[in-house]
Amino acid sequence: MRLKRSMRWEARTLAPIISLFLLIVGTALVVPGFLRLSIVDGHIYGSLIDILHRSTPTALIALGMAVVIGTKGIDLSVGAIIAICGAVTAVLTASTELHPLIVLGCAVLAGMVCGLWNGTLVAVFGIQPIVATLILMVAGRGIAQMITGGQIVTFHSDFINAIGNGFFMGLPARVVLAAVIIAITVLVLRKTALGMFLEAVGGNSEASRLVGIDSKLLILMVYVFSGFCAALAGVIIAADIRGADANNAGLWLELDAILAVVIAGASLSGGRIYLGLTIVGALIIQTLTTAILTSGLPAQYNLIVKASIILLVLLLQSRVTQNFIKTRVQAFRRSSDAQ
Amino acid sequence: MLNERYLPVIATLVVFILLYGYGMVEYKGFRDTLVFTNLLTDNAFLIVTAVGMSFVIISGGIDLSVGSMIAFVGVLLAYLITGLGIHPVYAAIIALLTATFFGMMMGVIIAYFEIQPFIVTLAGLFLFRGLAYMINLNSVPIDHELLVILSEIYVPLPGRGGLTFIAMAMLALLVIGVVVAKRTRFGLNVYAVGGDVQSAALMGVPVKSTLVRIYALSGLYSGAAGITFAIYTGSAYPLAAVGVELDAIAAVVIGGTLLTGGVGFVFGAFLGALIQGIIQTLISFDGTLNSWWTKVAIGALLLMFILMQKAIVHFTRRYSGKNPASSEEPAMQKVESTQA
Repeated sequence: MRLKRSMRWEARTLAPIISLFLLIVGTALVVPGFLRLSIVDGHIYGSLIDILHRSTPTALIALGMAVVIGTKGIDLSVGAIIAICGAVTAVLTASTELHPLIVLGCAVLAGMVCGLWNGTLVAVFGIQPIVATLILMVAGRGIAQMITGGQIVTFHSDFINAIGNGFFMGLPARVVLAAVIIAITVLVLRKTALGMFLEAVGGNSEASRLVGIDSKLLILMVYVFSGFCAALAGVIIAADIRGADANNAGLWLELDAILAVVIAGASLSGGRIYLGLTIVGALIIQTLTTAILTSGLPAQYNLIVKASIILLVLLLQSRVTQNFIKTRVQAFRRSSDAQ
Repeated sequence: MLNERYLPVIATLVVFILLYGYGMVEYKGFRDTLVFTNLLTDNAFLIVTAVGMSFVIISGGIDLSVGSMIAFVGVLLAYLITGLGIHPVYAAIIALLTATFFGMMMGVIIAYFEIQPFIVTLAGLFLFRGLAYMINLNSVPIDHELLVILSEIYVPLPGRGGLTFIAMAMLALLVIGVVVAKRTRFGLNVYAVGGDVQSAALMGVPVKSTLVRIYALSGLYSGAAGITFAIYTGSAYPLAAVGVELDAIAAVVIGGTLLTGGVGFVFGAFLGALIQGIIQTLISFDGTLNSWWTKVAIGALLLMFILMQKAIVHFTRRYSGKNPASSEEPAMQKVESTQA
């Protein structure tokens, strides 16, 4: 029985990884040279590196989102937080002489303050997460525009540009940065009891409170963490284009992030956090986009393919479909046993 | 005694009157009826969307696909009229049927596969926007003499104002929405499902078919909003109405509907959308403020109304000694009486 259970768990876990693998193999068959990696000036180049490079903001946000969704929450405001933090980075770099590290600190702090705001509304005032984060989602881009004065602020700073487009040990610096954050998060959640506490809060907030978990504090922290991740993504996006666009930076990225979490197999009703698989989910989304673009399909197919894949994943994950398959399999076994 | 259920709507009305009064005191041009009728015309598509969204939110769900649906219907309409040469009336019917069908499909997935509305309609958001791109990538004008005739319909009111065709169509759709919500079995079922799915099912409310119909209705209303938008702008653009779902949700919440479902008024959504419109009008009258203040002001209002609703629920629970669901009881009793 135990063995069977762990095997089923493995099938679930393998699904996103196999999907990513098939997607890469499929694209490689259609697009020659997709898998080719070349080293120019000590930096690795190639489509695969490009996918890693482009998926960094989504992966970071999805990381925060996975933890938030694990506690039965959702954070719609990450796109707006990206715009705010990008604006802070751009304005501070362009109009002050502050050290880039201080600018970075301010941007991250701004993201965490946004997260604290969301967390306070959810944990202290008991507002539904969708509504609580909707407020900042609506107002956030307005705030970002106030910071930039309604203009696209461009800036130049070698240090911050390096975060967007630089290289570190042959790999894009932003990929290394994201990998470090992801590794730390996995370590903290899986090597301490924190991950289990968070899943307990998501599974049943009241029951977890009764066993002595401070669920309010945890929920507050989760939104601050999501704000932190969004801030990093905001800095990366701003550094990438060397400017802050309050209207378009990170637009709809929250939806991609939620999608990555769902592809990983986590239910929006909370209780499960799959960090590694969420990153795989983010990579799947970016691989798909790159595959569509490089295979010569018109870019407008991108959204339809994305929507079809979400629907397919959802229908396969649905309890109703799984029960249906289960009863069919059992009926098949029974009939083959009878023979 | 005043029922606490009406407090949020009354608060919304008070905010609207205060904002309007401020405008009338501050700006001379604001006193003309033109400002009010323009408010109706300019926000017609948003109000129509918000009416459909009310049903979804009262049932405890959410529909993120409405903005994309508006763009899709507009582009489809342009393709049918200018591309295929179909008469606008038939084109509108085809577009509405398509929108209703897509809404129904989302409802089927939500009801029968038991997947959260949030994520299903998120897929819808991508899908409809993608379909709009497939039909057309550019902004195209919709040329037909019927549209010219419709845009010339104008019922003058005292002052310089007057009702345009889309304003009247919007008011008709609003009245239909209010009647459906309050005076039909379907409407009462929506409240029952939003109040408590299990008790609704135990009372004999057909939960699944009600859910399917709710999303079909939301599709129909956002389709109608798409047509309104197409008449309003006289063109179709696949990137139109980005983020309208947020404005519609905000309108519904400002209008006093609880996002947890079961409590709310369709008429509130009308007021909520008008408040957003009036903030925009005030900012344009002021002239020194930038348009992003609108977003911040709407966010602040959203926060205010949500906190107020929390406070109302909290205090009624405390002082009446009832359970927190007390505000939902009247709607449930009505359902019981119609079932009996």
